[in-house]
Amino acid sequence: MSEIPADLRYSKSHEWVRAEGDLVIVGITDHAQAALGDMVYVETPETGDRLKAEEACAVVESVKAASDIYSPTSGEIVDSNSNLVDNPELVNDDPYGDGWIFQMRTDNASALEELMDAEAYETFCEEE
Amino acid sequence: MLIFEKSSAGRQAGGQAPVNQIETGDIPVSMLRQDKPTLPEVSELQAVRHYTQLSQKNFSIDTHLYPLGSCTMKYNPRACNSLAMLPGFLGRHPLSQNNVSQGYLSCLYELQEMLADVTGMRKISLAGMAGAQGEFAGMAMIRAYHQVRGDNNRTEVLVPDAAHGTNPATAIMCGMKVREISTNEEGDVDLEALRAMVGPQTAGLMLTNPSTLGVFERRIMEISKMVHAAGGLLYYDGANLNAILGKARPGDMGFDAIHLNLHKTFSTPHGGGGPGAAAVGVSERLVPYLPVPHAIQEGDRYRWADENDIPDTIGRLSAFGGNAGVLLRAYVYIRMLGREGMQRVAEFAALNANYLMKCMKDNGFDLAFDGRRATHEFIVTLKRQAKEYDATAMDYAKRLLDYGHHAPTMYFPLRVPECLLIEPTETEDKDTLDAFAEAMRLIDEEARTNVETLKMAPVSTPIRRVDDVKAARELDLVWKPVQVSQQVDNKVA
Repeated sequence: MSEIPADLRYSKSHEWVRAEGDLVIVGITDHAQAALGDMVYVETPETGDRLKAEEACAVVESVKAASDIYSPTSGEIVDSNSNLVDNPELVNDDPYGDGWIFQMRTDNASALEELMDAEAYETFCEEE
Repeated sequence: MLIFEKSSAGRQAGGQAPVNQIETGDIPVSMLRQDKPTLPEVSELQAVRHYTQLSQKNFSIDTHLYPLGSCTMKYNPRACNSLAMLPGFLGRHPLSQNNVSQGYLSCLYELQEMLADVTGMRKISLAGMAGAQGEFAGMAMIRAYHQVRGDNNRTEVLVPDAAHGTNPATAIMCGMKVREISTNEEGDVDLEALRAMVGPQTAGLMLTNPSTLGVFERRIMEISKMVHAAGGLLYYDGANLNAILGKARPGDMGFDAIHLNLHKTFSTPHGGGGPGAAAVGVSERLVPYLPVPHAIQEGDRYRWADENDIPDTIGRLSAFGGNAGVLLRAYVYIRMLGREGMQRVAEFAALNANYLMKCMKDNGFDLAFDGRRATHEFIVTLKRQAKEYDATAMDYAKRLLDYGHHAPTMYFPLRVPECLLIEPTETEDKDTLDAFAEAMRLIDEEARTNVETLKMAPVSTPIRRVDDVKAARELDLVWKPVQVSQQVDNKVA
């Protein structure tokens, strides 16, 4: 059973979101990293990139597949995890911690309300 | 072990050395190399044994079933090789004048005509040197069509989510923006999603039919009408033409540009990354943009068409006339089959796939699109086995090697979890298909009773399970001399 922290919110494309006011940290879930397998490359967005909601803004590439990571809401990238360039395996080892992918400042924090909570995401994963 | 590691200083093999010394005195001294090339120093027998032993470590279509979905790993008839290597073909210089190349040009012209006929396209060019170039040429012609008409706002290309990754990559290389269309539960393009996306911004749609999901796109006529009505064009990815060869034609479905993988449907060798060849075909409206050079007929003579003949061409895709050796193999293959033979290819490819799919289903495997007829390939999903026994598609694939079968394509298409995409091709007999089905049944049994057997696999191959993570993270393909001192020894005195 994959780990689904209760204090985060989740998208249908398997990103997790940690929101503190208008600052939003995004990564991929434990379920997603397990499904994708060992990461070999992560492409992170540039600081200052302007994003629309659900816009593809990062790429995780595993031995199986390359997958887009989508922005959970609109806003601007303020930081991305440069450690992933040399250590893509952090996404596998610690998806909710050192494996975070980017941080953004959102201009629409209310959009995050529409994401799933842990319970809904667990059901979503089981049905998928 | 690399052949360099078998090297021993000063060892030579002179048996194959040219008898006549070539006079090189007219090469300017400044252009002569100063160092000897770093070559392995081995005997002739050592070299023969080295490469023979390497070839014995390979899985290949000549030794094993190779049901790699989407790749059409069919047998390459030896006759195609021997006829493509007739001395007249081998000895012909690429710069030979048209008047001494009539035989060769007539073969290429006839190949163009036969491919046009079997695909329902207006014209074919064989100038492309590889599949990626062919795909690029197809989209570049669509772009040129819109540009010539001043229709410059058409910047979007629609690609179904099941497509080969090369499709969106090609569209982006052509400066387009990609929009993904979803496919429904039964594997068809979602027409409502398509309707919502087409418009005055649509340059075209890229479609593989049959699709990579192993099913025929049933509503293709509605799709092509919808895209054409919005002013867009249709690009056909010929990856799965084998299933419909001689039975249904992309041209009749409304496609404007097509790319054919000669190494799949027309049985030219799947080399280690080459040599490739790309045949592209066009409907009437894209004829002015066809790549050059290609063969044309004037009366009973043949010649190369170039930029003077086709002023709006997207350009020259090869310095000479495409990849001669590969094109000739495809030509011979089609000549040997004839019109009826090509239809038999599609019939037996579809029959083999559907027979094997039924065997797999009877053995308890879950089909990704149960209820639909397979085209020339089908998808099994091992999602249930992964969950219940922790046996993944990768584990099944590795264990298959121990049973003497190459693994099917794994984890593609991406939208089906833990999938194997299985394509037996028309050249396998029933006994081989039965043996594959039985091997899969036994592996499923092992997964249930002793999953470690799968996790340890393969145990019978020269290299056990490859560390594909390390290979991807620390890619290192370039050989470097081990010892610096050895290089100094090689300096010309």
